[in-house]
Amino acid sequence: MVEVSETKQKIKFYQTGTLTAGNRLLDEGHRSVQATIDRSNSLDSGHRACQGCGEALGARYAIDAAMRATNNQLIAANATGCLEVFTTPYPETAWSIPWIHSLFGNAAAVAGGIAAAMKAKGREDVRVIAQGGDGGTTDIGFGCMSGMFDRNDDVLYICYNNQAYMNTGVQRSSATPGAARTATTMPVGEEPGNEFGTGKNMPLIAMAHQIPYVATASVHDLHDLEHKVTKAMSFHGSRYIEIYVPCPLGWGSKPGQTITIARLAVETGMFPLFEAENGNLVGVTKIRHQQPVEEYLKLQRRFAHVFKKGNESQLEALQVIADNNIERFDLMSRGKR
Amino acid sequence: MLEQIEGSHAVAKAIALSRPEVISAYPITPQTHIVEDLGTMVKAGEIENCQFMLVESEFGALSACIGSSAAGARSYTATSSQGMLFMMEAVYNASGMGLPIVMTVGNRAIGAPINIWNDWSDSMSARDSGWLQLFAENNQESVDVHIQAFRLAEELSMPVMVCMDGFILTHAYAQVDIPDQAQVDEFLPPFQPRQVLDPAAPLSMGAMVGPEAFTEVRYLAHHKQVEALEIIPKQATEFEAIFGRDSGGLIKSFEADGAETVVVTMGSVIGTMKEVLAGMREDGISIGAVTIRSFRPFPREALREALKDAKRVIVFEKSVAVGMGGIVAMNLRTALQDFPILVHSVIGGLGGRPITRDNLRRMFEKGIRDQLDEPHFHDIHMDVVNREIEREKAECRSGAVAENILNDVGVVAAAKAI
Repeated sequence: MVEVSETKQKIKFYQTGTLTAGNRLLDEGHRSVQATIDRSNSLDSGHRACQGCGEALGARYAIDAAMRATNNQLIAANATGCLEVFTTPYPETAWSIPWIHSLFGNAAAVAGGIAAAMKAKGREDVRVIAQGGDGGTTDIGFGCMSGMFDRNDDVLYICYNNQAYMNTGVQRSSATPGAARTATTMPVGEEPGNEFGTGKNMPLIAMAHQIPYVATASVHDLHDLEHKVTKAMSFHGSRYIEIYVPCPLGWGSKPGQTITIARLAVETGMFPLFEAENGNLVGVTKIRHQQPVEEYLKLQRRFAHVFKKGNESQLEALQVIADNNIERFDLMSRGKR
Repeated sequence: MLEQIEGSHAVAKAIALSRPEVISAYPITPQTHIVEDLGTMVKAGEIENCQFMLVESEFGALSACIGSSAAGARSYTATSSQGMLFMMEAVYNASGMGLPIVMTVGNRAIGAPINIWNDWSDSMSARDSGWLQLFAENNQESVDVHIQAFRLAEELSMPVMVCMDGFILTHAYAQVDIPDQAQVDEFLPPFQPRQVLDPAAPLSMGAMVGPEAFTEVRYLAHHKQVEALEIIPKQATEFEAIFGRDSGGLIKSFEADGAETVVVTMGSVIGTMKEVLAGMREDGISIGAVTIRSFRPFPREALREALKDAKRVIVFEKSVAVGMGGIVAMNLRTALQDFPILVHSVIGGLGGRPITRDNLRRMFEKGIRDQLDEPHFHDIHMDVVNREIEREKAECRSGAVAENILNDVGVVAAAKAI
C-alpha cells in the first residue's frame, strides 16, 4: 500500500499507448500525486547523471521512500560506480542524507559496520542502506554482500541493475544478459555479444540466504518500487531490493524511452517483479499481455545484431529466457496467455 | 594486576579495557587468540555497548570498521600475513579518509611459499599507506601500546597499526601487568570523531577529488605523521605518569650512547640481542642498540640524535625490499645521509628462521669488522641457494623452487654430516 501525503495535489494523468490502468481509475490512495514541498529530496537536483538515467530515478524514489519510512533517520553506504560518481565529486554533493563511499567492493560491509555502530550506541532507530550497481553487487561486492546476508545485519541493500559496468565504459558484468553488446562482449564472431549460459541471478541468490525480505522492482512502476522499499524498511535484518534501471548510454536507447524499456522488460518476462520473505516467494507482479521480446530488444542498440540474418537463434534464445521466467514465477494473469 | 598470560590474551584484555564499540574479525589468514577472546567477552556481556562482527574476509573486517568508525564508534580489528594483503584496498581507504581504527598485526610472512611464521613482510607492505605503525618489544609493551594507540589514532584522526611479532609475542606466555579500568579511563577519553555519519547533520564522506586537491590531501596525511612525532613521546610520558611504566615512545636506547657500533632493530628480537650485546661489551667491544618503536612516523630526528656519535650502524630487520635490500636500512640511511656513518643492512628471521645468540654474535663480529655483504642475508644457506641457481641454468623445467630448496637442505645437511 502506498502512503500518500495529506497535502497531495491531484493531477490529471491519462496514460496512453500502454495497458496500464489510468490514474483516474485508481482509488485515492493509489493515485499518482505531484510531489509536495516537504518531499525529502535525498538525492537533489544538479547531479551529473545522463539524460534518461534509470539509476538516478530509481535511487531518488528508493531513498526518499526509505526516508519517509524511517522518519528521516537514514545513513547510506555507496559502492563505487555511476551513482557514486554522478552524485558527488567534492566539493559538490547531491546527497542530503549522511552518505559514505568507501570502495567498489565493500558497500555491504561498510553498511554492516554502520549498523553495528548504531546498535552499540543504542541508536537502532537510525537505519542503514547499502547501494551499488550490478558490478559492485554481483561481481566485486559479492563476498561482502553475502557476508552481510549471512550475519543478517540490519541493512537494506539496493542494487541498481543496469546490466553492465557503465561508469567505466560499458563492460560486461555477471548481470549482463545473453547476446548483449558491451565493450568486452562485442557483436563479433560466432556468438555475437554476451555468451548465453553465463551470469548470476542475484535476487535468487539473496533468497537462498533466507534473509527476511527480497524484492525486484522497476523504474517504470515507481509506486510499486516505493511500496517495496517501504515494506523492506518494516523488516529488521538484511534485505535486498534489485531495481531495474535502463541505461541510455550503455544500452544505446533513447533517453525518452527509459520508462518504456523498463516496462517492456517486465511485460516481456525478461525482468520478473516479485517479492520473497525468509527465502519464500510471496508475490509476483502479473503480466496481463505478454509482449514479444522483439518489442523490448528493438529499442536498444546493444541488441541490434540479434535482428541480423543468421542470428535468429539468439532472438529465439532470448524469447526462451522470457518464457521460462513467466513459467517459473507464474507471471501471467489467469486466462491471459 | 600481574598475570602470567599469553600475549594474545593480554592484548585482548587491553582492547576490552579500551572500551571498543565495534570489533570485527575474520578467523584465519591467519588470526590470533585476540579476537577469539574478545568475541567471548562481548558475548558474555563483559564489554559494555560493544558489537562483535563475524565477517567473511579480512577485506570485510576492515571495511566493517570503516563503516563503524565513520559512524562514530571506536573500532578495532586484528590481522596478519595474507589477511593483511587481502584487506589492503581498505587499509589505504581507512587512512585516506582519516578514520581512527586500531588494528593489531601479529607480524607474519607472506607467501608463496605459504608460511605462517614470523617476519614483518605484512606490515611493511602497508608502510606507505598512511597508517601509523608502532612495533612492540614484548607483551607488556604490546598491552600498553594498544591503549596508547586508541588515543593517538583518535587525537590525529588517523588509523594505527600495532605490530607485534607473530608467535614470538602473540603466542608466548609472559608476566604482564594488566592495567585497571580506572587507569585506562584516566588515560583514554571517549572517542570524539572529527567527522561522523549523523542524520542530524548529514555529510558526504569519501567522495572523489581530482588533481586540484589530491596533493594537499596526501600532504596532510604526511603532516599528521609529523605531528605524531611530537604526540607519541608526550603520550608515553603521560602513560608513565598514570601506569608507572616506560612503554611506547619513538625509539629506545640500549647502551647506545658512546658506542662505536650501534645495532638498530624493531620488535621482539632485541630481547635476544640484549644478551649478545652485553656479552660483547664484556669482551671489550663498544656496541649498543636502538630499537625503533614507531616505524611510521619514522623518527628521523630521534634516530639522528641517538646515532650521531656512532661509527657504524648494523640494521637488523625481518623484512626485505626484493631487488633492493633492507627496508628499515633504507629508511635509516635516508635519515643519516649527511652523517659519516657506515650503515650495514642485515635481513634475517624471514619466515620464522630462528635468530640465535650464536648466529647473532657471529654476524655482529663480522659487522664490527665491516665484512658484511650488502645487503647481508643473515644465516642463509648459500650452498643450497647455489645448487638451485645451477639447476635453473642447467634445466628449463627445473621445478618448484621451494620444493627444490627443501630437498637440497636435506641433501646438503647429509653431505655435511659425512
